[in-house]
Amino acid sequence: MIDHGDRPHSPLLDNKEMIFFRLALLGAGFSLLWQLLVTLTGVPHYILPGPGPVCAALVSKWPILASHLLITVSEILAGLAIGTLLGCSCALTMFLSPHLKRWMLPLLVVSQAIPVFALAPILVLWLGYGMASKIAMAVLIIFFPVASSFYHGLRRTEPELLELARVMNAGTWGVMRFIVIPSALPSFAAGLRVAAAVAPIGAIVGEWVGSSAGLGYYMLHANARMQIDNMFAALLLLSVASLTIYFSIDFLLNRLIYWENPQELNYASDV
Amino acid sequence: MNSDSDQTAGAMNPSVVIDSLSLSFEETLLFDRLSLQVEGGKCTCILGPSGCGKSTLLKIISGNRAIACQGSVRIAPGPADTNLTAWMSQNDLLLPWMTVEDNVLLGAKLRFGVSIALREKAARLLAEAGLGDYRTSLPASLSGGMRQRVALLRTLMEDRPILLMDEPFSALDALTRIRLQDLAARLTRGKTVLLVTHDPLEALRLADTILVLGGSPARVAARFEPGGETPRQAADSVISKAYPLLVKTLMEQ
Repeated sequence: MIDHGDRPHSPLLDNKEMIFFRLALLGAGFSLLWQLLVTLTGVPHYILPGPGPVCAALVSKWPILASHLLITVSEILAGLAIGTLLGCSCALTMFLSPHLKRWMLPLLVVSQAIPVFALAPILVLWLGYGMASKIAMAVLIIFFPVASSFYHGLRRTEPELLELARVMNAGTWGVMRFIVIPSALPSFAAGLRVAAAVAPIGAIVGEWVGSSAGLGYYMLHANARMQIDNMFAALLLLSVASLTIYFSIDFLLNRLIYWENPQELNYASDV
Repeated sequence: MNSDSDQTAGAMNPSVVIDSLSLSFEETLLFDRLSLQVEGGKCTCILGPSGCGKSTLLKIISGNRAIACQGSVRIAPGPADTNLTAWMSQNDLLLPWMTVEDNVLLGAKLRFGVSIALREKAARLLAEAGLGDYRTSLPASLSGGMRQRVALLRTLMEDRPILLMDEPFSALDALTRIRLQDLAARLTRGKTVLLVTHDPLEALRLADTILVLGGSPARVAARFEPGGETPRQAADSVISKAYPLLVKTLMEQ
């Protein structure tokens, strides 16, 4: 998991321009350790191939890998979009209507209590081998973090701000648009970051249970045929795709919540 | 312009008449048939110990119906159904996602009534308060004193005849506070101002009438009318004469 709280304080590696350098360094270090493990243990290549054969597989199988990648990424993104939309609607409904909240809050908790993986076979049975069942898995997995974080954000609006809006004769929509929803965005962003990190799990599990395309499907087939280097190539590609999705969403969220990025502000002197 | 200002323009600013107000909070009786009057067009300061219900009183006057109380709060003369008050609290309550100018225009934004005329007025007020260069800045880049100045302008922008100010300067350092008091006195002249404060010096600088609340349940224990023009300077003989007496009265509560 990516940690947001503790950023490194080394001046060389601290600024944003260095992020690609850091990623490259991490990747190189990881490959080195990987190769070292393979060389030192002498493990057979059908158990753990080294980085070399995996890269070779990545190049030689690129066209087929790319087509599977496109499907998995589409599933993840569609799941994220629909799940976020549903989660936000649910949170807003619960916030605006105490009556509906009494019915929806248990539903929200239940959606988290049922192990989503156990639902995967049923979803495949209902929605078929295509993308729909995988999108539904991703939606189910991210619905709870988005809905609960946004709902708690909405409820945490400073009461004095609401009092100020009342004295100003503000209507519900004005208060929601200018005060309550922006107040809730940082909390919502925390939930969406979690969602972005777990959404690929939903899509891949869905593909494992039953599918005809996607990286999960490709990995299962490669595994069954002992093409472990192909499997690792797919895994590597999936990791890169997941990271790209996560960092893109993180970037967009930081733009959306621009007021929490203090480095862009010019501090003024006192009165 | 918003409709509130059109109704009251030219008219004498209204008084606030509180009659037999009783209020309890968590089993404690805060007010027992409290009666007092805030004179129209004047600045009235309420001094009193913490927790005596001063902030709650302001919320009741501002029309908060969620507070259960008996008695009546009337605004006279004035329509009963329109909110004639603007409220400023100790916290500046600036929205960190809005620019300084949008924060000043918050009331109009919340009512979806921002116009070019209002934007010009906000810009004029900001320039007058020495914040002209910060119109497009975010509040996080301002100092405490500047933030509270923006909050003051936001309150004035509402153009309501009655201003309710709840310890608006208490979080500021002494010099910033004096400057802000001067600015507030200048910009609120002629309005009905009810200012709640802990600070006897602040009351003496700004008030036409000072009401000292004391006892439990709270009642008006003393009333001062320092006289003369406000804001009074620290060297003003009115302040040097009244200050010891006012502090003594406060200590007795």
